[in-house]
Amino acid sequence: MRSSSKWPVTNVNKTKLLIKHEFLTMVKRKGFIIMTLIVPVIALIGLLAARVIPTIINSSTPTVQNIGYIDHVGSFTKNESQGALTLVKYGTEDEAKAALLNKDIVEYLVIPSDYISSGLIQRYGLKNEIEMSGIGQTTIRDFLLANLLQGNTPEVIARAKAPMNIVSTTLTGTGEVAKQQGGISAMILAYLFAILLLMSIFSSSGYLLQGLGEEKENRVMEILLSSVSSGQLLVGKVIGLGAGGLLQIVIWMVSAGFIMKLALDNFSTYIGVLNITPEFLVVGLIYFILGYLLVAVSMAGAGAIAPTAREGQQMSVLFTLPVIVPIYFMALIMEHPENVVVKILTFIPITSPITVMMRLGLSEIPVWELAVSIVLMILSIIGCFILAGKLFRTYLLMYGKRPDLKEVFRSFRNA
Amino acid sequence: MEMKNNTVEVNHIRKAYGNRAVVNDLSFVVKPGEIFGLIGPNGAGKTTTIRMMMDIIKPDSGEVKILGETLTEGAKNNIGYLPEERGLYKKLSVIDSIIYFASLKGVDAKTAGKRAEELLKRVDMIGHRQKKIEELSRGMGQIIQVIVTIIHSPQLIILDEPTASLDPVNAQLLKEIMLDLRKQGKTVIMSTHRMNEIEEMCDRILMINKGRLVLYGDIPSIKAKYRNNSVLIEFQGELGEIPGVTEKRPHDHAVELMLDNKTTPQMVLETLVHKRINVNRFELSTPSLNEIFIKVAGDERE
Repeated sequence: MRSSSKWPVTNVNKTKLLIKHEFLTMVKRKGFIIMTLIVPVIALIGLLAARVIPTIINSSTPTVQNIGYIDHVGSFTKNESQGALTLVKYGTEDEAKAALLNKDIVEYLVIPSDYISSGLIQRYGLKNEIEMSGIGQTTIRDFLLANLLQGNTPEVIARAKAPMNIVSTTLTGTGEVAKQQGGISAMILAYLFAILLLMSIFSSSGYLLQGLGEEKENRVMEILLSSVSSGQLLVGKVIGLGAGGLLQIVIWMVSAGFIMKLALDNFSTYIGVLNITPEFLVVGLIYFILGYLLVAVSMAGAGAIAPTAREGQQMSVLFTLPVIVPIYFMALIMEHPENVVVKILTFIPITSPITVMMRLGLSEIPVWELAVSIVLMILSIIGCFILAGKLFRTYLLMYGKRPDLKEVFRSFRNA
Repeated sequence: MEMKNNTVEVNHIRKAYGNRAVVNDLSFVVKPGEIFGLIGPNGAGKTTTIRMMMDIIKPDSGEVKILGETLTEGAKNNIGYLPEERGLYKKLSVIDSIIYFASLKGVDAKTAGKRAEELLKRVDMIGHRQKKIEELSRGMGQIIQVIVTIIHSPQLIILDEPTASLDPVNAQLLKEIMLDLRKQGKTVIMSTHRMNEIEEMCDRILMINKGRLVLYGDIPSIKAKYRNNSVLIEFQGELGEIPGVTEKRPHDHAVELMLDNKTTPQMVLETLVHKRINVNRFELSTPSLNEIFIKVAGDERE
């Protein structure tokens, strides 16, 4: 008889098993794989498009196009050739119109006699368009400038066409060159990082909610609870799925590194030099982990209450909306990082990850502010963890009905 | 382990939600090696009682001891629990499901895999081992659930409404598995609505209603307690007046004679012989568990 023979019972850590199971279930989901791959792919496509589309447009433009003009001022005679476009002078508007209809020219301009005072240029063409093309505008502007500035040296005319080339340097309070130099590259980086953080927090805590809902709907929950405690289940889910989210953001960051490098090679003039400092990465990682834990634990509480995955998703808006709030204050955060509203957003645990990420790219955040915000986040994570644990214990096994607010508060006290 | 100890001891447990007591001052023991039936109408508190035994819900007061101790995480490894609301991960294969849940009970993958093969062969489902749970029929899924419940060879098996959604063939299979478990010296607790299953399988029963104990003990003594003072007879001839019979209830081919307090079946038999009535059948009418169930539940309602 088998009655007395015991099966070898290894002393396994059940929380570890739950973490492993949750992690593997998450990374094997089709949605996760698609989401993880599609972000870099879209970025790459965007980059290629930015590079290829102008070439396509250029190649589709005939080598030389003629634009007619009628000069009522009488001084526009020079620099009629402007790269791919050539300006052809006509004596009367009827001649120009006949040339247009005959396709000798693609459009014609009328420079009226009061142009110097009014700046008015009348333009006639056969195409319907939303706005004049950039190349066309530049060509005509350069042609007008060259004629208006007749008598100056070509260097002066060139300078008038592009009058400034600003290089800004931020100094610290002691007059030294600051580490964070702002500018468009820093802004892009901060913004990008904030968006990635947001996406990753949402996707992994979304899986948490979905998983909880499915376990409720599949009725797996009670079988799990006959082997592990609700606390172990909560920890296993939050950490397992968090690890999945971290994996996702690491993949995104590594591929973002490649794409950025590619972008630098191609668009260095626009982006300038990107500097991702180690401090930036470390603080980013800390805020990813804390931000995720806060949202995930809150969502786990919501998931415990919600009878189905779908209702859980709806309830989760309560936690996801406040996380996004700093995006609305983006202009303020970027231009006035010292503003008191920005400080408040830095300290409120649920808004702080995104706020800090956006501030980090632009200016140095005082260490005490970071310390306060991190401590507040840790405290609220612990608080939410305790509350979610109580909700887990009370509501995981209530199928098909949602407790009202009064019951939820009562369970906070009783559980 | 000392087998003389009770496998389960429940002492005065109580659980209330708001003002409503779902389980009220309930005490009972389950002995080693028996099949113990937990019965009661819907909402009687069966599942709540089981959940308190499993430490899934904490009682407001009272205590539960399993295998001699209050339930710890380690002790859960010695229990197999099939909840009333049950399911598995739909996307996981049969074998992976069994191994995962076994690992949560502390069994390593290799041992679990070997034992899973044995059990799958036992239920004739070895061919389905690589199928996903969602590809199985409902009944097959239920059988896999049973395997998950006993894969770690637990000392105590708790089955909440185990046959509820099984077809007769699978229900029979489950009964055989339960009887096997008893043969192996395991203790089985099952809750059910189906009285015939209780009569067939259980050594002792506990019936609760509105959270309170109403019947408790082995089936013959419960039946004796609820026996009507009546006899069932089939006969030829004219019955006439019989002393001590208060009422004659006609059944299909027989008549049930209801006796007053002073009259015993022996006295009735003597009268019948004396009257020279030709008796083909004479038996004490014992109520079925079903009748007792309905009577007790009905009395409680009044």
